[in-house]
Formats: sequence, C-alpha cells, structure tokens
Amino acid sequence: MRGIPISALIGLVFTTAYFLAAILADLLAPYGMAEVVGGVWEPSSAEHWLGTDGIGRDLLSRMIYGGRTTILVATAATLLSFTLGSVLGFLAAVRGGWVDQLLSRLVDLMMSIPSLISALVVLSVMPVTLPVLILVMGILDATRVFRLSRAVAVDIAVMDYVEAARLRGERQGWIIAREILPNALSPLVAEMGLRFIFMVLFISTLSFLGLGVQPPLADWGGIVKENKDGIVYGIPAALIPAVAIATLAISVNLVADWVLNRTTSLKGGRGG
Amino acid sequence: MAEPLLTIEGLRIEATAYPPGEPPRDVVLVEDVSFALEKGKVLGLIGESGAGKSTIGLSSMAYGRGGVRLTGGAIRLNGRDIRLAGSSDLRKLRGREVTYVAQSAAAAFNPALRLMDQVIETSLRHGILSKEAAEKRAISLFRKLGLPNPESIGRRYPHQVSGGQLQRVMTAMALCPKPDLVIFDEPTTALDVTTQIEVLAAIKEAIADTGVAALYITHDLAVVAQVADAIMVLRAGKKVEYGTTQQIIETPREDYTRALVSVRSIDHKEKAEAELVLSVRNVTARYRGTNFDVLKNINVDLPAGQTLAVVGESGSGKSTLARVITGLLPASRGEINFAGRVLSPELRARSKDDLRELQMIYQMADTAMNPRQTVGTIIGRPLEFYFGLKGEARRKRVQELLDQIEMGSGYIDRYPAELSGGQKQRVCIARALAAKPKLIICDEVTSALDPLVADGILKLLLELQAQEHVAYLFITHDLATVRAIADRIAVMYRGEVVRYGTKTDVLSPPFDDYTDLLLSSVPEMKLGWLEKVIETRSMEAAGN
Repeated sequence: MRGIPISALIGLVFTTAYFLAAILADLLAPYGMAEVVGGVWEPSSAEHWLGTDGIGRDLLSRMIYGGRTTILVATAATLLSFTLGSVLGFLAAVRGGWVDQLLSRLVDLMMSIPSLISALVVLSVMPVTLPVLILVMGILDATRVFRLSRAVAVDIAVMDYVEAARLRGERQGWIIAREILPNALSPLVAEMGLRFIFMVLFISTLSFLGLGVQPPLADWGGIVKENKDGIVYGIPAALIPAVAIATLAISVNLVADWVLNRTTSLKGGRGG
Repeated sequence: MAEPLLTIEGLRIEATAYPPGEPPRDVVLVEDVSFALEKGKVLGLIGESGAGKSTIGLSSMAYGRGGVRLTGGAIRLNGRDIRLAGSSDLRKLRGREVTYVAQSAAAAFNPALRLMDQVIETSLRHGILSKEAAEKRAISLFRKLGLPNPESIGRRYPHQVSGGQLQRVMTAMALCPKPDLVIFDEPTTALDVTTQIEVLAAIKEAIADTGVAALYITHDLAVVAQVADAIMVLRAGKKVEYGTTQQIIETPREDYTRALVSVRSIDHKEKAEAELVLSVRNVTARYRGTNFDVLKNINVDLPAGQTLAVVGESGSGKSTLARVITGLLPASRGEINFAGRVLSPELRARSKDDLRELQMIYQMADTAMNPRQTVGTIIGRPLEFYFGLKGEARRKRVQELLDQIEMGSGYIDRYPAELSGGQKQRVCIARALAAKPKLIICDEVTSALDPLVADGILKLLLELQAQEHVAYLFITHDLATVRAIADRIAVMYRGEVVRYGTKTDVLSPPFDDYTDLLLSSVPEMKLGWLEKVIETRSMEAAGN
C-alpha cells in the first residue's frame, strides 16, 4: 500500500466498500428488500439505522439492495459502452475513409438527440427489464466513448511506429491491439471513471422518472422517487441515496485519477 | 577599460528532476560558467543537446524555463546583478535591454495578429518609440534584413510568409526596441541550407549595422564560425573551451572541440557498378484529392549494396519518393523494379517478401518506436513476423542484432524512453536489419541527432552495408552527410530529379544552377566563408 496518495486511498476505501456492499447485499442487509417492517418514515433507531421509508420498509436494506442494482446496471452499461465505443472508434481511426465517415456521422446523428430523450423514447416502447436498460444506456453512451477513442487513435495512427507496422504487413487487428490500444489506455481509463458515474446518474434519473428500474426492485434513483414527498415534512429519507450517489461519484473519480497518474508515469509512458 | 555589457561569473543553474518511481531530486544543469561580452560583439555558445546552451542564453535575461532555478553566480548586465532581480525590474529589462530570437519562428508568432503589430509590440509596451517611429524603424529593419516588399510585408499574417522570412521578421522584432543584447537561439536550425545562408547573412549584417551585442546559440560549429567573434564550447553544462573564433576553429585545444571541428570527415569511396536492386522508371505521383503532381517523371537506379542519396530542400518531394517506393502512396504512372521483379504500386498487393526486403528507418526515432514496447519486442517483432522465430531463439537473435549495432547486453528489456537519441536510432536500424532486407530507406535518419552522434550512426550504417550487403536509399538535406556515404546522388527540386549520377559526377562541375546554389550554401568550417559566398553571388547577379 506504500506510495498510494491519501486521496486515492480514501477513494479506494469508499469504492471498495460500495462494491462489496453490492456484492454481499444478501448477507449484509438486515431485512428483505421489499419487506414491510415498521411504520411510515420512522426516524433512525437501533432496529432501523436509517429509519424506514414511505411504506414502512427498512431504508438501510433498500439502500444496500438498491446499490446492488444501480452499481450492476452502471458497471455493465459502462463495460458495454467502452467495448463498443472503443472498438468502433479505433476501427474508424485506423481504416479512415468511408468507414470513418459512416460511423462518425451515425454517431453525430445519435448525439444530436439528447441521450435522456432518446432513452425515454426507446424505453417507453420496450419492456423495461435490466438487460434492456443496460443495452440502451450502453449503446447511447458508446457514442461518447467512440468520439474520445477515435480522437486519441487518430493521433496515434499517424505515428511512425504505426506506419512501420503497416509497412511490415501487419493486420489491422494486430495494429489496433498492439500498437494503438496500449498507448490509448490512459485517457480511456480516466474517461471510464467519469462515464461510470454518468451511468449511475443516468440510471438514477431514469428510475426517478419511472422508466428505469421497476418497483419493487430497489435502486437509488427509485428510492429518491419513493421518498421525495417526505421532504415537505422534513423527512430526510430522499437525501440518503443522493449522498450515496455523490460519495460514490467522488471516490470512483479519486481512484481513476490515481490510476491515470500511475499509468502515465509508467516506464515508457507518455508525459510525467 | 569600461565594464563589459554582460558579465557572467560562476553561473550555476539547477532544476528538479522527477524520475518515475523515485523521489524528486535536484540536478545541476549548468555549473561554473563564466564569460564576458562587450558591446557590439557576438559570442557563440555551442554544444550538443543538453549541453545547457539555451539555458545559459536565457539566463542572461535572468529567465529560467519551467522549474529551472538560477542558484549561483552573478549575471551582471549593464553594471548590475540581475540574477535575483524582482519581476517588475525584469519586466523593464526584458524587451528593452535584452531580446530573444527563438528557434521556431512558426511557433513563436501569434497566428492571429499581423506581423507589424507583433514586431513593434515591445517598443510600444516599453514606451521606447511612438507607433509611427516604431513602424518606420521596423520597415527599415525589414529592408536591412532583405525581406521582400519591406513597406507592406508587415501587413501580412505569419502564415503568409515563408519560414526563412518569418525568421528574419523575428530578428527585426528583436532589434526593433534597440536592445543592448540579442539572444539568438538556433535561429537557422529549422531552415533549409539555401535559406539558412540568406538568414545568416541578414542577421550578421543587422548585428554589424545596429551595433548590438549578441549571444548566438547553435549546435553547428560551421554556422557559428561565420557570425561569432568568440566561441564557448559547452558540454553537459560545463565549459569545455572558450576562445576567439579563430583559435577554436584553427587551433582547438581540447579533444572534444577537435572532434566537433573534424566532424563529417568520413572518407567514403564510391563503389563500382553492380547489378541494380532498385530501379525507378518514369514515376509520377500525386496525393489523392489534388491535381498537382508532387513527383514528376522520376528515374533513378540503385545498385545492390550501394547508397543512393536523395538530396533537396523541404518540399522537393524526396520523402514522397520514399512513400511511393514503399507503396504508401501509389504512383499514378511509372514502374518500380525491385530485386528483379516489378513492385505493385499498392502496399496491400505486395507479397510478404517484397515487404520484408524493403525496410525503412525514420527521422524521428522517438515516434518510430512504440513507447510501450521494450527494445526486445520492437526488434523481435519482425523476426517473429517474417521468420517465425519464437521464445529463446528470438531473444538470441535480438541480442545478436543488438551486438551488431554496438549496444551490447542490458538493453533488451529497456523501453525507448530509457535510451538516448543515438541509441533510439540504433534500435530502429536493428529493427530494419532484423528483416534481412535488400534495401533500407533512410529518411533523414541523422538530421535530428547531434553531430558527433550522427557521425557514429553514419559509420555504423557503412559498416552494416559492408557486412550485410544492403543498399540504402538515403534521403537527406545535408550535403556533408551525402559526401560521407553516397555512391550515387539524385538532386531533387520541386518534384523533379534535376541531377543524377555517381557521386563524383554530381559533385564535380559544371553544375546546373540549383545544384550550384545547394552546394555553395553548405556552411564550411572556415572563417570568412559567408562573406566569400555572398560576394560571389552578388558578383554573379551583377554579371547577369
């Protein structure tokens, strides 16, 4: 653990805690996810650490189960958007010509509509299940990753070592995997932390609007929605998931910053 | 005797280095450097990259580039020590007493402002001249520096004039506020030889006319010999030798100076006729989407195991010729014969043997190697790709190649960032050699290197040619390099080969106009060379 800056350590601890809580939800949660165990909006007590929600479910349990859903969806969608976006982005950069034009204009077309609107449109006609959510979010977000990875790869693709590989007769796949990817990794890793958080916000927004995770399944955006009326009566239940989203966002980015710093100062890395 | 304009005594400059994975530490960039510069004199600072010459130059206006600290000694300008002067004092001094001419004029100008506004800016900011007076002075400087249309050139934007003109405009910018001292930081290094000579003559005349003192920083001893009164040779931040120009050039005392003076003295006799490995026939090429032929009807031959040097200034099409031969830019007409077979113009249609036998080495070794691969991977890949070598056999062959390029053991697991400039270029040579090629295209392979390092690379290339019987197509703008290694020479100008033949033929008179201009523009390590060339040229011009 030597040499890890304090900010990264904090980020690492929080991120690990959230992910562990998500994975071990069944063991950690004191009550069932949809189990009604008390009165409406009870304050925190020894039995219910965070109190209960609008229909008397244990809020801590819902937060833990909700975290699992939110983190699962966000992680899966991030992975999907990165795989899709970077593969297509690298391809566009290396092939150039009509492949690049076709992909880039398609992405422009998709980006010209705000992603929240397109997501709402698609989800209002599709059955809202977790795989569909992941697919919709992943594909919409892949446009951003495509742009970044294409821009980075275009810079790298004109390097002499890529030309040398071409002159050697290497195949396109080899050039992408061995010459371009290792040099494009740093900005992509940094972007990944950021995109993960956007995914958390995206799924939370969708759930808040009622087109995301469907009840009784819990997720953080849904918990805000279920408890938002309590705010009028001074009940903080809706703010707890907000705090969770904020701390997760900050801690993931602290880790991403550190990873970025480490990879760029690696031997042979770019920059210092 | 009056005090000199600038006195530097026991100068010490430090910076903090941040080696990866280690705690930061202080490094000494310049140690115990002393010199004095009188009004109207020119001191040349010469050395390889990293010798600290620019750092010393900038310190004479008490400036250190990012993180550089002037930690010791005295910098006395006009009678006062400015090393620890405050920022408001320095602001008054910079641009008024000391000005600076940077290496890359293209990067130093603001592309959004007209030249005139930038040239007179310092004079106006310091209140030295009124706007009218400053513009008048600028125009007279433009005229003195031999710029075309001195009255109107100031209304142009930086992209509307050539590189050599821009460099002269920057000199005018530095001279406009009537400074006492001008720092010239490699002002001609980025220029073609034919342009360099003009700029050099203009700078020299302007210095003489305005009577300013100058620090002239360069790595080219032959250049500095033309303009400087005294020369200080630097190496690794320390003084090697300090003397008058005549003494340094004619009777150097130190070994290092002697090596610099005698650089490029490789003696290479041209080889006899042999079977051709490459024959370019009537090749014409243009870039896609343009209607202009960048190469026009090129015919050159290269015998096996020999060197064809392709010479010309930037934009003459010499690198394009390389792209056409490698197939990166398919020729629109003509034929390329290589090792007894016709090469397909398209890279993708070429056989693996075609690709293997034609290798390439680039100018910038930095960008020619993947920074995330070790030397072993870089050299090993062609071995694996062409010959299917794997594991221990591959490693052994890589080590053999490393021995061949005189790098020995201990480098195989290093990354390019851990190598020096010369070592990087050697690794690129080894990568090309690994494919057992019949022809290696060398695109300006020594022009980014320091003279002594470049010499080493050229000697290595000649040795390898003798051992492996490989032919080189050597692209360069440096005629000294050509003399050192070529068997045949093709002189290119605006997409055409204007002169082609064996080295002796091409380099002996009678010359065509362009070859004559090119040959006479190469700086010679002689005092008074510049004056002689300029005089000859003006006489010829008068005669015509």
